Amino acid sequence: MTQLKMGGAFLLEPVEETKIFIREDLNDEQIAFGKACSDFFEKEVLPKKDAIEKHENNVSVDLMKKAGELGFLMVEVPEAYGGLGMDKRTATVVTENAIESVSFGVTVMCHTGIATLPILYFGTEEQKQKYLPKLASGEFIGAYALTEAGAGSDALGCKTKAVLSEDKKHYILNGSKMFITNGAWADLLTVFAKVDGEKFTAFLVEKTFPGVSHSVEEKKMGIKGSSTTVINLDDCKVPVENVLGEIGKGHKIAFNVLNIGRWKLGAASVGGCKKILKHMVPYTKERCQFGKSISEFGLIRKKIADCAINAYVTESIMYRIAGLYDDAAASIDKSDPHYDRKCIEAIENYAIEASIAKVFGSEALWRCADEGVQALGGYGFSSEYPLESIQRDCRINRIFEGTNEINRLIIPGTLLKRAMKGEIDLMGEIPKILGELKKGFTVQSTGDFSSGAFRDRVNLAKKLAVYACGVAVQKYMADIKDQQYVMEKMANLAIDTFAMDSAMKRTMQILQKENTQTEIVPVTKNNIPVCITQVFVYEAYERMLMLAKDLLAEVADGNAEEFAKYNKALKRFDVFDPINSTRQREVIANHMILRDGYSLN
Amino acid sequence: MKIAVLVKQVPDTETKIVINANKNGIDESNIKYIVSPYDEYAIEEAIKIGGETTVISMGPDRCIESIRTALAMGIQKAIHIDTQGKSYDSYQTAAALAKVIKDGGFDLVLTGKQGIDYDNGQVTQMAAELSGASQVMVIDKLTINGDKAKVERRIAGGSKEVYESGFPLFLGCEKGLNTPRYASLPGIMKAKSKPIEKKSADELLGGATALVEFTNFELPPERAAGKRIEGEPPQQAAQLVKLLREEAKVI
Ligand SMILES: Cc1cc2nc3c(=O)[nH]c(=O)nc-3n(C[C@H](O)[C@H](O)[C@H](O)COP(=O)(O)OP(=O)(O)OC[C@H]3O[C@@H](n4cnc5c(N)ncnc54)[C@H](O)[C@@H]3O)c2cc1C
Repeated sequence: MTQLKMGGAFLLEPVEETKIFIREDLNDEQIAFGKACSDFFEKEVLPKKDAIEKHENNVSVDLMKKAGELGFLMVEVPEAYGGLGMDKRTATVVTENAIESVSFGVTVMCHTGIATLPILYFGTEEQKQKYLPKLASGEFIGAYALTEAGAGSDALGCKTKAVLSEDKKHYILNGSKMFITNGAWADLLTVFAKVDGEKFTAFLVEKTFPGVSHSVEEKKMGIKGSSTTVINLDDCKVPVENVLGEIGKGHKIAFNVLNIGRWKLGAASVGGCKKILKHMVPYTKERCQFGKSISEFGLIRKKIADCAINAYVTESIMYRIAGLYDDAAASIDKSDPHYDRKCIEAIENYAIEASIAKVFGSEALWRCADEGVQALGGYGFSSEYPLESIQRDCRINRIFEGTNEINRLIIPGTLLKRAMKGEIDLMGEIPKILGELKKGFTVQSTGDFSSGAFRDRVNLAKKLAVYACGVAVQKYMADIKDQQYVMEKMANLAIDTFAMDSAMKRTMQILQKENTQTEIVPVTKNNIPVCITQVFVYEAYERMLMLAKDLLAEVADGNAEEFAKYNKALKRFDVFDPINSTRQREVIANHMILRDGYSLN
Repeated sequence: MKIAVLVKQVPDTETKIVINANKNGIDESNIKYIVSPYDEYAIEEAIKIGGETTVISMGPDRCIESIRTALAMGIQKAIHIDTQGKSYDSYQTAAALAKVIKDGGFDLVLTGKQGIDYDNGQVTQMAAELSGASQVMVIDKLTINGDKAKVERRIAGGSKEVYESGFPLFLGCEKGLNTPRYASLPGIMKAKSKPIEKKSADELLGGATALVEFTNFELPPERAAGKRIEGEPPQQAAQLVKLLREEAKVI
């Protein structure tokens, strides 16, 4: 059994210390699953994209049935309940290929994620037997109803009420849920309500129960083909056996399921970034201006390189997290009667990483979409070309499954909680770093990838993040959670650190794989993962120096003497020679242009 | 009924072909391979008919991937004829396949009407001939009634030919015969445990030697840029006639 890593531990461990799961380690079967999914989306879903967007003829519901027949809805459901019982690695490769219609992708992702998983992880044996096979086969479409008009980010502030009937056989639900994905199509909803207006609880509500109805479709900026409606509960009678989990413990379900939803959204972002390159690169090759293909212009090549960098780093993060989740599940005894619930509790350990995945993935995709539109010029803005809808469709990713603001607050908030409980030794690390700051760090300050200068940047980034966050915590103590400007900077330091760490680990592992026999890894000049990692790590480190400076200036709040102390420390971190990142970007852009899209080899 | 499906692995239709340094083949690096699309109709038809189904593919190790696709769609077992790094022409391929088919005692052999890589469309007929079976090519309808098969093929002018044949029988399948299914995820999982028997191409040849040798590969010449004729319609028409007469020399 693998020794489980504590969530957030990436801040303390040198990058070379542990290995992660990388996309290159997928086995043939997992790759075949991914291909089957992209085939289905390309050949069956894509031709119906317009009809999906216009909600014509029940097309999404029919496609869900088809997706169910082909097994795409059963990947993560255990075999005992009619599923395939596959791991999160497999689920990641399936999810990243479910992208040709973003609207239908959201329909599927909601169903297989936040709609199915509450029952899998928190259901009783009877509930699982009753509902999971139907969800796995697509006979039932699922939804997850947490948000209300007055309770969005503050989901626990919900007003929907549940009262036990006189005969104690039913709960009577009253209230209304807002923005529910699959609202018009769902046969089964996980609805959150407060028992007696107090105890936050989850209920499994079938569409056919009396008192359930949905409103008209919400008019939206993007993912117009997904269903988003209000769900009304008017004296809705829910049998007591349909209480999911314990009365008053609904928050455990709500938040734990979101940990998975966030990673899943990140996995979908990976596919989105690659899809943008697939459309953008061929277009820029064909398009001529000033007598040249615009793909020969530096500023267009930069966009192509940047999209590839975003795709690679996002991919590194998502597969790493899938590996963490799988290892967490593997640490639990399969014969344990509460196996599924224990799995999700083990996954909770990685709440920080899940929030990072959500924020990084959604923002990387947004950057790619924005540059994609720009690279097509007016045609990027025209609905005749695919980039226009891609950008509108991916805007939602920064909003649902917890807004990026909420997720940014979760990152330092959870870290501090863990540190206070002594689960990760952030506090013990700080005196060590202060000691090192006195004499300066011994690092390789110049040179290419093989010199170790980039690995050293990643390791120093961790210390920089811990140092800057540590100073902030000492200043504000328990009040820090109300200092949102500070919390955001702390989150961004952690996000960049995790992203650098994931990309660097993956690239090192790829190189080791390519040269399994040799001790020393020769770095070929135009190795794409190496070029990408160099640019990303270099720029992320510079960004972090800036961010830390900002954070410490805020902490010092105009006290010049105090800031001078911090600035001295910052100078110690500012040890690396700059690189000419244009050189690497050119190699990356050239590679992607030759291959008409994202490819690493 | 014992049914064999002959499947060829070919470069994806979207591949940009690059010729190798020796000009005697294509550069195989960076190529994505797929099951030749017409073979998918053969696979689907075999699964629909049912009985004992076997997929047979000749090629290097990478063609196991295509074999697995057929197994994932629902074919029961497989034979991989390993070419071990050598290449064979259509005749040799037909000879090796005919040997396996005769030894296996197959009643019906379904193939695509042609492989979409070299588009030779010869292997089915030659293999049928070598194994002493009947064959009909480019069929888009098949009905089996006891020991007789009725097949239809479309011919020029919108009419069709109808054949009836006994077994053993080779059929080259055309688009329109059926709609190939997708490999489902459970299908992919099941395919993992289905047996793939390996045979050596060299041993099956029985001394057949190549009748065709590739001496040179060339890409088609790049299309010249088009010409835009400006002006009012009467001038445009006059200009077009002039160009057709003087430059294109077609009138
Ligand atoms: C298309 C779509 C599909 C959806 N699907 C579902 C679904 O299936 N099930 C479901 O339950 N919900 C769903 N939602 C709801 C979604 O999760 C919420 O919209 C989201 O959580 C934000 O809540 P809100 O809209 O009320 O915004 P608010 O909470 O009002 O937020 C408004 C702004 O304030 C910020 N903010 C809020 N609180 C804080 C804070 N403490 N500190 C700093 N900033 C803060 C937010 O980040 C945001 O920028 C969906 C929404 C959409 C648009």
